[in-house]
Amino acid sequence: MANVASNHELVIRPTRGWSHLDLAEIWRYRDLLYLLVHRELVVKYKQTILGPAWFVLQPLLMTVVFAVIFGNVAKIPTDGLPPMLFYSGGLLGWNFFAQTFQGTSSTPVANASLFGKVYFPRLVVPLAAVISSLLAFAIQLLTFLSLFAYFKIFTSTSSSFGLSRDIVLLAPLLVQIAALSLGVGLWLAALTAKYRDFTHLSSLFIQLWLYATPVIYPLSQIPARWRWVVLVNPMTAPVETMRHMFLGQGGATMSQSAFAVVTTLILLLSGVLVFTKVERTFVDRA
Amino acid sequence: MSRAIIEVEAISKRYKLGQFDARTLREELEHFFQRLRRNGRAPGPSTGREEFWALKDLSFSVEAGEVVGIIGRNGAGKSTLLKILSRITEPTQGQIRIRGRVASLLEVGTGFHPDLTGRDNIYLNGTFLGMTKAEVKAKFDEIVAFAETEPFLDTPVKRYSSGMQVRLAFAVAAHLQPDILIVDEVLAVGDVFFQEKCIGKMSEVSRSGGRTVLFVSHDMGAIQSLCGSAIVLEKGYKTFEGSAEAAVRFYLRKSNCRAETLVLDDCVRTGTGQARVLSVVLEDEAGTPKTHFRMGEPLNIVLRTHFATVVQNPIFGVNIVTEAGLLVADCRSSHYGVNIGTTVGTVEYRVRIESLSLYPRTYVVEPWVTDASCLSTLDWVRGAATFRVTSGPNFLAGANVNAKHGISFIPTSWTFGQAFPVRCSRGDD
Repeated sequence: MANVASNHELVIRPTRGWSHLDLAEIWRYRDLLYLLVHRELVVKYKQTILGPAWFVLQPLLMTVVFAVIFGNVAKIPTDGLPPMLFYSGGLLGWNFFAQTFQGTSSTPVANASLFGKVYFPRLVVPLAAVISSLLAFAIQLLTFLSLFAYFKIFTSTSSSFGLSRDIVLLAPLLVQIAALSLGVGLWLAALTAKYRDFTHLSSLFIQLWLYATPVIYPLSQIPARWRWVVLVNPMTAPVETMRHMFLGQGGATMSQSAFAVVTTLILLLSGVLVFTKVERTFVDRA
Repeated sequence: MSRAIIEVEAISKRYKLGQFDARTLREELEHFFQRLRRNGRAPGPSTGREEFWALKDLSFSVEAGEVVGIIGRNGAGKSTLLKILSRITEPTQGQIRIRGRVASLLEVGTGFHPDLTGRDNIYLNGTFLGMTKAEVKAKFDEIVAFAETEPFLDTPVKRYSSGMQVRLAFAVAAHLQPDILIVDEVLAVGDVFFQEKCIGKMSEVSRSGGRTVLFVSHDMGAIQSLCGSAIVLEKGYKTFEGSAEAAVRFYLRKSNCRAETLVLDDCVRTGTGQARVLSVVLEDEAGTPKTHFRMGEPLNIVLRTHFATVVQNPIFGVNIVTEAGLLVADCRSSHYGVNIGTTVGTVEYRVRIESLSLYPRTYVVEPWVTDASCLSTLDWVRGAATFRVTSGPNFLAGANVNAKHGISFIPTSWTFGQAFPVRCSRGDD
């Protein structure tokens, strides 16, 4: 490999306009991608007593909080599903989205010193965030399935829910969520690199987005007047679809899903473009 | 090798002074509305952001296997050049062709994660430098042996001393067999033995491995012993290119060998900054500023130092160093029990060397100030001034003395048999 690399000539010059994306180079750095994912997972819960148990506890606690506040106190209907399952089913897709978004959008700030000292394709860092969130999703899915089994076997509500056939589409759905959060995250990363204001905005932004997404309420409960807000949100269809896959309730129409896919593609492509344009001068701004 | 491994063609790098580009959103919006109000007419008066060229029209080329030193004061553009060569930032103009793989060591422990173990960090660091896991694995044992951190491999790096971290970082970069190794002034952190080991490794890498090394250092001794050639940068321009020895001589002489009061604004310095040596001037007995002194002549070093805060009994010192970096003498006020008490504001003082007992060559003056305990360096200016010692007619009766005879001249008397003085003279050179 060393000799192969020696033969290639690298030209460093100011790039103008929109640079093209060098996917081959990212592929050459795949080992770094792997090690960054490893780092993310190992470091995340260092110096905690519970350690990796947090991967299970964090979404579980969130589900309990949602069930208490929105189910018991606010009494928001859950499409006839047991509240715990309803919220945990909604959080499956949402957490994957939110975690990827956070990992991606914080890229320039969290790695400022690293970017200033060593070159590698910057896009590797957001990609590592996607993969590590995907692993967190896998653990969360296992937690969900345990809840699912518990409610199926030990409660009388067992007939109100069940896996549906569209579960075969889980993989493409995950790809869509990953692409969407990567796209939005890269946009925010590029903006943050330029204006640090966005570091403060991004957590508010993701919180507001949560409320505009049918995670804590079902799509069916939205008053007609506000329906458009939820429908232009490209996360609505994925969250509803995922809930339908696992619980057989809710779901999005074909046109809603198609809209979400198109929006995702636009955001992803433009996000990658903006990010690769800004990445070249990350260091001069930091 | 017919083609150079690195060809730098007229590169320039511009920075915007002030806040660089990191405007806040509000500033940007204001700017936007201002432009709207001007109705798309030609852009109005500039916002007061000035430009600064860190590098200007720099060209040079490096052949494979060469070890090239880059010398210059702070702000000369050395780090910018290394950053462009390592692709961390882009040049504003010009282009560089690199025919090989680059590994750069610009800072201690680049990409080290404090919570990960030494082992994990070796892999992570190696892949940051563009290697594959398999390549790191193949070199793993050598890296560990070189860094001498074996017992701590499974300890998180945050528990390493900074010396251990730099050892590990250097070991990774040097063992991954890049075609071009770029090393910034990072070795200063390690101890002397390790520095020597690193310099040995770098010359081994270039000599037996045929690899190219670019080395930035303020240590003129290291530059001379390691590099074949060197480039001197000054305020973004290349002012000298040639053999390492000639470059060091050029740099030191050019830097501060003028018969006048030298204002030490852009010198390389270390210390807490509580004190700052402002200026230095070298004078002869009559108080005339000079750059050349004869052996045996007295030399007066007149210094002005500003204390930003109150310091009790500071210790003043002047190091006399050879161009190659060898410390000849560390002259300090405390050796003479000088006690100036509570000090604040600007102090002017004079160090008198009764007789320059030094063989003819160029020497460098490095003034410094520490606190009363001599533990905390308040300021230490490298290469503040240089002077040349010449053999003079009034010394040793005009005998032929030169740099080959040593550094420090020790006055001697010679007695034969019945104890009568003889003058020292050798006919051979």
